[in-house]
Amino acid sequence: MKTDGSVSQVAIPEEILQRIESRGINRRDFIKFCMATTAALALPVTFVPKVAQALEDNRTPVIWLEFQSCSGDSEAFLRANQPTATELILDLISLEYAEVVMAAAGHLAEEAKHQALEKYHGKYILIVEGAIPTKDDGAYCTIAGQSAVASLKQAVAGAAATIAVGSCATSGGLPAAAPNPSGAASVSEIVPGATVVNLPGCPVNATNLTATIVHVLTFGKLPATDRLGRPLFAYGKRIHDNCERRGHFDAGQYAETFGDEAHRKGYCLYKLGCKGPETFHNCPTVRYNEGVSWPVMAGHGCIGCSEPGFWDTMSPFYRRLPKVPGFGIEDTADKIGIGLAAATAAAFAVHGVASCFRKGNPKDESKVIKED
Amino acid sequence: MAKKIVVDPITRIEGHLRIEAEVEGGKITNAWSSSTAFRGIETILKGRDPRDAHHFTQRFCGVCTTVHSMASIRAVEDALKIQVPDNARLIRNLIMGMQGVQDHVIHFYHLHALDWVDITSALKADPAKTSQIAQSISDWPKSSTDYFRQVQARIKAFAETGRLGPFQNAYWGHSAYKLEPEVNLIGLAHYLEALEAQKDMIKVHAILGSKNPHPQTFLVGGMSIPVDPDSQNAINADKIAWIRKLLRNARTFVEQVYIPDLLAVAPAYLDWAGIGGGVGNFLACGDFPTDNSPGTDSLFFPRGIIMGKDLANVMEMDETKITEYVTNSWYTYSNGDDKGLHPYEGETNDKYTGPKPPYEFLDTDSKYSWVKSPRYLDQPMEVGPLARVLVAYASGVPEVKAAVDYVLKTLNAPAAALFSTLGRTAARGVDALILAQKNELWLDQLADNMGRGILEVHNPEKWDPATWPKEARGFGYHEAPRGALGHWIRIEDQKIANYQAVVPSTWNAGPRDAHGQMGPYEAALIGTPIADPEKPVEILRTIHSFDPCLACAVHVLDGQGTEIVKVKIL
Repeated sequence: MKTDGSVSQVAIPEEILQRIESRGINRRDFIKFCMATTAALALPVTFVPKVAQALEDNRTPVIWLEFQSCSGDSEAFLRANQPTATELILDLISLEYAEVVMAAAGHLAEEAKHQALEKYHGKYILIVEGAIPTKDDGAYCTIAGQSAVASLKQAVAGAAATIAVGSCATSGGLPAAAPNPSGAASVSEIVPGATVVNLPGCPVNATNLTATIVHVLTFGKLPATDRLGRPLFAYGKRIHDNCERRGHFDAGQYAETFGDEAHRKGYCLYKLGCKGPETFHNCPTVRYNEGVSWPVMAGHGCIGCSEPGFWDTMSPFYRRLPKVPGFGIEDTADKIGIGLAAATAAAFAVHGVASCFRKGNPKDESKVIKED
Repeated sequence: MAKKIVVDPITRIEGHLRIEAEVEGGKITNAWSSSTAFRGIETILKGRDPRDAHHFTQRFCGVCTTVHSMASIRAVEDALKIQVPDNARLIRNLIMGMQGVQDHVIHFYHLHALDWVDITSALKADPAKTSQIAQSISDWPKSSTDYFRQVQARIKAFAETGRLGPFQNAYWGHSAYKLEPEVNLIGLAHYLEALEAQKDMIKVHAILGSKNPHPQTFLVGGMSIPVDPDSQNAINADKIAWIRKLLRNARTFVEQVYIPDLLAVAPAYLDWAGIGGGVGNFLACGDFPTDNSPGTDSLFFPRGIIMGKDLANVMEMDETKITEYVTNSWYTYSNGDDKGLHPYEGETNDKYTGPKPPYEFLDTDSKYSWVKSPRYLDQPMEVGPLARVLVAYASGVPEVKAAVDYVLKTLNAPAAALFSTLGRTAARGVDALILAQKNELWLDQLADNMGRGILEVHNPEKWDPATWPKEARGFGYHEAPRGALGHWIRIEDQKIANYQAVVPSTWNAGPRDAHGQMGPYEAALIGTPIADPEKPVEILRTIHSFDPCLACAVHVLDGQGTEIVKVKIL
């Protein structure tokens, strides 16, 4: 097998590169993309050829369903860069159904979906955006006359893997915020036995989405996750742990008001309400829009959008978190999550509206395909 | 005998929209527009901190992201009488302006173009002839024969896999597609280029507001992005230069790709200048303050009303004349569903009475949508780029007048041609062009302020809720990409007592009102020719010309008696 000598140990076989080129894809872009993806997945460079192989294989069918959403995750997908949406759609996956971009409409769109569900049964990746309303037999979200609940159950049943994108699909998100007027639920709540990887965020970070897709294509299984079904490569650390302003936090240097000198100098936003200390997400390292920025960098505190129930547990967003300096950095997401949940439950119970509270989205670990 | 057809889902839009239509003699004789999803965000807002509202409302929509943050903070600022610093005005104008440009580019190429451009025909194009046409309409550098040959080859290779992904099962080859193969190839090439261009131009939002979709930078009283030429953690000279480059690239794309394409595609479809007119009444709330004085006199896009297509008479827009009906929507009013209510008195309880899913048809003789029916002086109104451009054109705004006249002259069409499906699509192009050109001015003004040491981005005077009156109410407006947007807030005891939003797609997509008057989508579909009821591409053309955004349109609910209690943290 001939190899590209210039990159020695991470060499991608020449024949793969030639086939890629014959599909109109620039060779250098492809190599760069494989390396970036390998890095995003926290794999050693020796995995680059394996990643390349997986990407070059026949396009994996993907079905993207959208329910009670704002389409923000679909838009995030359009901002993807590693790879771009164009490269994904034309070269890497076969996007069989996605309402925001597909050319077909009405019954012809539905026909395409049903054909894909049948033809690729057991083989397709299902991506779900938006919460699923349960009130009145699911009448609060119907597509082609079918309820979101029914569409979801049908699609999950034949999926090789299901990826819930954004906070609505992963934990009910905004529609499920108290008092949850439409009975909105997450994917895992509607289909409790299914293997689901959760990619929360409002919206999902496109880099985490593409990295998850590529992980599945490369290894044929889902990435290792935490208790909430979130991949460790993206949700394994708190915002606070990797925050570029952490030094100011430790030094006790805080912005007191928006636009004051400390704020302009990039001091810690804790006193302006930042929820970074209780939020597990890789925003500080991956950032958004091709690494341009992220909320703390732009001077606004984190609102905790990757944590279940954040609309209720993290608001008011401009009030500071209690007792952050007391957290040991060794605390786990689970411990903090349980602490928050207990506090929330107590608050609701005191006010007699415990039913408003939904306790996040515990995962049955045995259902998740683990790395080890 | 009329045949009833259903298009559900209407794809290439935001949200869930269903159109039912009766077709007789090759034309639509009756139509019903229905939104089929509901979330209830206003109920969720009750009892919360008004300063948090913009985070919630921004999630009305992730496509026209930012717009509901803008209207929300303006509503709270109106209620609490807060004046924002000049830098905040300019940063907001820049964010709104770039949202308009980027959203219109995505709409034209990715949501609307495939109604007019047949990509299967593009595979038959002659790349040399394509290059010739491209170079005759624009100076855009990517126009060589080799370039178009390469694009064609890539799509051909894709098509030959037999797996067309998002392009399968569409209406390709339909008799309503009229472009020659070469123009189709230009459209296809620019569809792909625009996918790249949109994600670059929107980096302006990331620089000024951390990310897009859903920038996190708005504040009641200003913005949270600091400006300081002497800081590496604020908007400084380096970031100004970066933004300038992105604005310039966006403007070049609009001037050299979007507008030439619009003008190259339109001549083949001039019959659509006589189709899809709709209700003929237009409402614009205006936007882009040109100075920092309170009031609406300084808006670059003026506020106004046009009734019955009468461009000679632009009337004042008064938000107190707005009411919403639920006669045909799945809600009830306590004093009867046939009476319209102003948003401050807005009262809504969701009550689904439609068919149990799965269903084949809606019962259109009764309630049939999750969207309410807003009316101005009891009349249905169209909002959007067409309304905004018409009000500005009729008011004599020089830039708008020049751009509209140029488009009309190029297409050899009278002003009356604007009241149509094609007119709506052309007005969106004009809107994008004007915003792309204005953006640089606002950046210059921001840089000028910074150079003179004016660094304030937030007015902290009323930030502390203890400074607020016991009760207050306010109206927040925004001329969003899809049209006039209004948020109404009532604040009591530092909390949200009531929140209502009347948004562009509520105006346009709403069902019939108590008087049986159709909404703009429905009215625009009447008379639309349908060549093949199995493949109603004509319905998509007119509906997409409005750029529907249904998640925005359905949010309204201020449920009764449910008190929201939240965790108390410091």
